Amino acid sequence: MESIVIEGTPKTPSVNFDSESGVLQLRGRSIPENSIEFYKPLVEWLDEYAGKPQSKTAVNIQLEYFNTSSSKCLLDLFKKLEVMHKNGSDILVKWYYEEDDEDMLEAGEDYQSIVNVPFKMIETED
Amino acid sequence: MVITEQHKKMIDIYDLYNKMECNNIMLSFKGDITSELMTSILQIMESRLENMGEDPKIKKKVYNVLVECLQNLYHHIDEEPDIEDTIPNGNKSAIFMIGISPSGYTIMTGNYIKTDKVSSLGQRLDKINSLEPDALKALYKEVLNNDIVSEKGGGGLGMIDIARKTGQKLDYAFSEVNNEFSFFSLNIKVSQ
Repeated sequence: MESIVIEGTPKTPSVNFDSESGVLQLRGRSIPENSIEFYKPLVEWLDEYAGKPQSKTAVNIQLEYFNTSSSKCLLDLFKKLEVMHKNGSDILVKWYYEEDDEDMLEAGEDYQSIVNVPFKMIETED
Repeated sequence: MVITEQHKKMIDIYDLYNKMECNNIMLSFKGDITSELMTSILQIMESRLENMGEDPKIKKKVYNVLVECLQNLYHHIDEEPDIEDTIPNGNKSAIFMIGISPSGYTIMTGNYIKTDKVSSLGQRLDKINSLEPDALKALYKEVLNNDIVSEKGGGGLGMIDIARKTGQKLDYAFSEVNNEFSFFSLNIKVSQ
């Protein structure tokens, strides 16, 4: 299957979902007015990937900002990962947050408590 | 001296300026909230906060709250297609202001809302205001996980998120405009 590579904009994150390596990355800002439009292809991609995943899937979420409409879409992605995890897939979500950004850490912990997928919180220097 | 109409207008401008000055307004806008406008406001505010050397933590909080406030206005205006028929001098415009004081930032918004939605919105905001941080966190997670999503992805999380991030009560008021519409004012503080 094809990988997804999308460049970031001031309102949308850069995306690199690599089906060969099993590394899925979201970086930057996610504050679009219409999040569903942006995330729908990503959720669909993940659906397809879930059918034939790599032995290990690493999901790197390195967001500086995200709006509440993106937060529901992120949960949709995590729920797909949850199903994969349940089916025995080896998945680790690395949730990056900048030093002292307690809000971003807490947002990661919220997801961690909602979905049953291994999370690792990683602090980065500003 | 006879005060002409033109002179009155000049006094009005000065008056408006003074009011803004008193409230330490950094930026204000009244009109249609478009996607391009939001992008510009966010860029301006981000570079101003940067230039002021604001603490990154506060900067992020202010930015996050700005995004939610602006997008609330933007999506809300979309939902009221017939507003132009009943509001005097009617248009879909909203007001948006950011003030700064030694205690922190104030973000003020105002927009028309159908009077029949006033009580449900008021109840929702009162509920948010009644909750302690832990309960607010639980409500956020509940709404995040409830599968109810509007067409564009919003889902009633904005106000909860603002309350959580600012750690303060949502200060709001409704003013009745006519039978059909009221004006909703919201005053949000982000403390230093």
